[in-house]
Amino acid sequence: MKDFALVFRQPNYDYSKFTPEDFEALNVKWQNWMGNIAAQGKLVNNGTRLSPEGKVLKSGGVITDGPFVEIREMLGGIVVIRANDLDEATTLAHGCPAVDNGGSVEIRPIYTGA
Amino acid sequence: MKNQHEFLKQLFQQEFAKMVAVISKQYGLQHIELAEDIVSETFLLATETWGDKGIPQNPAAWLYTVAKQKTLYHFRRNKIFEEKVIPQVTLTQETNTEMGELNFSPQYIKDSQLQMLFAICSPAIASEAQIGLALRILCGFGIDEIAEAFLSNKETINKRLFRAREKLRADNVKMELPPPGEINNRLDNVLHIIYLLFNEGYYSKTQNQTLQKELCIEALQLGLMLTEYETTNLPQTNALIALMCFHASRFDARENIDGTTILYDKQNAELWNADLINQGVHFLELSAKGNEVTSYHLEARIAYWHCQKEDTHQKWQSILQLYNQLLMINYSPAVALNRTYALYKANGWQEALTEAEKLKLENNHFYFLLLGELYQHQDYAKALLSYQRAYDLAKTSTERNGIQGRIDSLMPK
Repeated sequence: MKDFALVFRQPNYDYSKFTPEDFEALNVKWQNWMGNIAAQGKLVNNGTRLSPEGKVLKSGGVITDGPFVEIREMLGGIVVIRANDLDEATTLAHGCPAVDNGGSVEIRPIYTGA
Repeated sequence: MKNQHEFLKQLFQQEFAKMVAVISKQYGLQHIELAEDIVSETFLLATETWGDKGIPQNPAAWLYTVAKQKTLYHFRRNKIFEEKVIPQVTLTQETNTEMGELNFSPQYIKDSQLQMLFAICSPAIASEAQIGLALRILCGFGIDEIAEAFLSNKETINKRLFRAREKLRADNVKMELPPPGEINNRLDNVLHIIYLLFNEGYYSKTQNQTLQKELCIEALQLGLMLTEYETTNLPQTNALIALMCFHASRFDARENIDGTTILYDKQNAELWNADLINQGVHFLELSAKGNEVTSYHLEARIAYWHCQKEDTHQKWQSILQLYNQLLMINYSPAVALNRTYALYKANGWQEALTEAEKLKLENNHFYFLLLGELYQHQDYAKALLSYQRAYDLAKTSTERNGIQGRIDSLMPK
């Protein structure tokens, strides 16, 4: 078994029109998807969710408000799972709510050294 | 006569824990076995004397007086008192009593019992021995009762207790509360042992229902003891108590006359104990403080929903979300199965079946029972196969009978 990072990228949508019920529904989707992986004993950690605001530091000390201007999809979070190989890890990523709205999940083996 | 016997049994059980705690506190935990012997001798004398003269007005005071004499006598006779105890006592602790006189004031008893709880739940002892020792020292159970609870024999239990006491001595475990910085960590262990103690009763191997109930009540009492002290009355303590109250509320409803267990689905909700459910709600509210969500919080809230008989959509959605969180803190096959069942009740059999097929818990009869239930909606042959597999894997005849019932009522689709 190896560890894989699932990296979520989502379009930078406008959450301002979200009602509490919308947030709740979205949260339930995420929880169920992660619960599916956890039920198989393959969730390594609960993940790190990134808040949409932030700053970007570039060479020359240039700081901008957020990474969103130039990038079509922004990084939404990371979850680490355990699987036999990349194919299985990719199968586990299916159903991830990040994909629903035009986002994507990147599946990357975690480097463990030589 | 029966009543008197019951009365003495309960009195001895309660007083055993108190007296052993006080003697061990004052003379040192290394003498714990001696403390047990002194208390047992005291009970023997009480049974003889009271059999002739009747039970005194204040039986506990009578026991304390005799135990004081016996303790003094023993330690003086063996010179342990002068040579070992006094030097230690004068070095380490305040002596507000006459030298060696046991202090059976209510507050001192309580403090000693709490310290004993922490001593027994010291991480040094393996948890199986710990539960045995907890039953003996904290709950005052007899060796034969402990053996019955573990489906074991007296000899094995005695050996296990002996090793546990040795370990207490070898590790020089003290009767004291951990320093403030360590309370949280040590409390985790204490709560875990109480939780195991409760489960030992609730999902007991023994068919003796009185014993099962007693185990659960004792676990609940230990939990309540922790709420009397500010440092241990924490949200997780209250969450565990809530959990135990909710489970215990179904005791009467789950008992068949023949001693077998009635499954949740088939229980008569009228028999659920409303007082215990209300108590559970009370402690659940107290547990909702701070930022930490422990597995006890999640399990207590799941148990709360199970006390709502109505099968609403909200009930099963809530249970599903709680199981999702519980899995993320604490994976176990049992939690994974319960979560999949909740998924079935909340989102329907198709979704649950897809996920159930991925679990692959090949040696678990509950897994095949769940698969059988889910396949019933779709594929008669697969349902039958799953039930048969469950039947082969089941461990008790009661379980096999239940599974056979399902096979018999299975209808081809």
